[in-house]
Amino acid sequence: MEKFQTLRSGVVPLPIENVDTDQIIPARFLKATTREGFGQNLFADWRYQSDGQPKADFVLNNSRYHGQILLAGKNFGCGSSREHAAWALYDAGFKVVISSYFADIFRGNALNTGLLPLQVSDEVLQGLFRQIELEPETQLVVDLPSQTLSIPVWDATIGFELDAYKKECLINGYDDIDYLVSQKDAITTYEQLRKWVF
Amino acid sequence: MAKSLFDKIWDAHVVKAIPGGLEVFYIDRHLIHEVTSPQAFDELQERGLPLSRPAQILATADHNVPTRNQHLPIQDPLSRSQVDKLTENCEKFGIELFGLGHQYQGIVHVIGPELGVTQPGMTIVCGDSHTSTHGAFGAIAFGIGTSQVTQVMASQCLLISRPKRMRITVDGALQPGVTAKDIILHIISKLGTGGATGYFVEYAGSAIRGLSMEGRMTVCNMSIEMGARGGLIAPDATTFEYLQGRPYAPQGERWTQALDYWQTLYSEEGAEFESELTFDAAAITPMITYGTNPGMGIALNGSIPVLGTDGEAASFDKSLAYMGFTPGESLLGKEINYVFIGSCTNSRIEDLRAVAAYVKGKHKAEHVEAIIVPGSKMVEKQAIAEGLDQVLAEAGFELREPGCSACLAMNDDKIPAGAYCVSTSNRNFEGRQGPGARTLLASPLVAAITAVEGRIVDITQYLN
Repeated sequence: MEKFQTLRSGVVPLPIENVDTDQIIPARFLKATTREGFGQNLFADWRYQSDGQPKADFVLNNSRYHGQILLAGKNFGCGSSREHAAWALYDAGFKVVISSYFADIFRGNALNTGLLPLQVSDEVLQGLFRQIELEPETQLVVDLPSQTLSIPVWDATIGFELDAYKKECLINGYDDIDYLVSQKDAITTYEQLRKWVF
Repeated sequence: MAKSLFDKIWDAHVVKAIPGGLEVFYIDRHLIHEVTSPQAFDELQERGLPLSRPAQILATADHNVPTRNQHLPIQDPLSRSQVDKLTENCEKFGIELFGLGHQYQGIVHVIGPELGVTQPGMTIVCGDSHTSTHGAFGAIAFGIGTSQVTQVMASQCLLISRPKRMRITVDGALQPGVTAKDIILHIISKLGTGGATGYFVEYAGSAIRGLSMEGRMTVCNMSIEMGARGGLIAPDATTFEYLQGRPYAPQGERWTQALDYWQTLYSEEGAEFESELTFDAAAITPMITYGTNPGMGIALNGSIPVLGTDGEAASFDKSLAYMGFTPGESLLGKEINYVFIGSCTNSRIEDLRAVAAYVKGKHKAEHVEAIIVPGSKMVEKQAIAEGLDQVLAEAGFELREPGCSACLAMNDDKIPAGAYCVSTSNRNFEGRQGPGARTLLASPLVAAITAVEGRIVDITQYLN
């Protein structure tokens, strides 16, 4: 996993609620057996016509908006547990998704991919949508060590929540596997001591 | 302090709590399939890690398998390569696999319970969000991503935080024609697609108790569709009776010991829940969805809501435009061209029996294509033993071979763009059943009646 410290970037707005992982990466693209290359099919059915031509009205095809931050409506990433959704966003160049809340499995998958799910209040989210609509070139600054999102054009900085362990993992590029494997003795002891063995 | 069912099972699986709230959480059973496991096996090998507990893993091929001619090589090269990769990995790591052609092959959430692999008090994970199905047995079961599949392979544990607890009580008697599917579609329509995010749900109450194990599985299956991490139901005599004698259920002395333990698994009087909701079973009607998430459900004879101009309006309008519906309209009378009966929600023997019982001596409407995909080889075998295949064939329904099929359209079973499909599956997302396909979720009974009538009808007038 790549390290994440700070990011200053433009924003791609997707003001749709309940974006499910079937939209982020449709099931027919899940047949690969490696993690790479999912970015080209990110939001495939919203992004391309059936003949493969880009749909002009979809935000990823709109030259007004670019950046490594996706701004999305509430309950982003609901539905299927496919981690391919987080891989596709990351592969397409996104490092942060901002929303007013995330579906549980997606949030975990994003953190395990190195993609930061950044939760803001609904009010801030709506404000950001309006700001990006008015000034598409607006830049945001995400600083992970201080857990802050800065909006220089508003002269504002707001904090965001993140589990302390997960924060350390992202900053250092660690994932959970090394930690869990290091707990081997505790796990074996648990297996020997537990009351009911299946 | 009085403990909930959820806390009893959760606490029994905490290996270690670490500062900040995360816990090393032990997993009893890990189910894997061809789509979300290949990258996990690769990761394990790249890191030079051994597979921790191969005997606690069970594999099957279900997501992208064809539902015709399963004895022949898979035509689609990508699907074939994924299924082959699963076989190869299972052989290499010594994992039990119920692949194509095996008598136990089927949808992962159908075979676990029917084989008795799923048992009360267990923790069960799978790289699939509908793992919540297994909660029907009083287990903590939930879907995980591929990185977590690797974690369980490497350590038999996950590093996770404890979800909040919600109890949903459904009391009273169900009206005729109202099934488990209608109960859960009704609940999701009230909570919305994110209404239970952050929670693990316990379903309780007399209407839940009165459901068969298969009905309970349908309810727990769709917990994820309101954002819940999972759903579970306290095990009782119905659960024990279902499990006894199944191939992987405990036998003899082990069965007696298991039963003693399982009988302790219930929420004690006064147990705490961060959220409590109650529903009146008698007020639930046959349901159908009209939009592009499972929360967009209405009574079959109701009307599509009319929203104001708040923040949700844009998403609502987009959804209705995709479906070709308008706010305020009724779905009754809408012509339907496809009916799909299958998926981990509704592909079990009782579902097939319900469909067969209704369509016996009738015939599907000429313009309808009706397919039934059994959840497993065992379900298929049982259906044939009961002569349901004949009844269905005479009614013009095509009985296929087991798999996830048109629920997510990874194989050839796709609904054409723009066409309406009444489906017993769990998701009506845009393109879920094929690009441009329009899905209306409903119970097997509603699906069967729709197939015969060729349009959406108020089923209460069609019941005996």
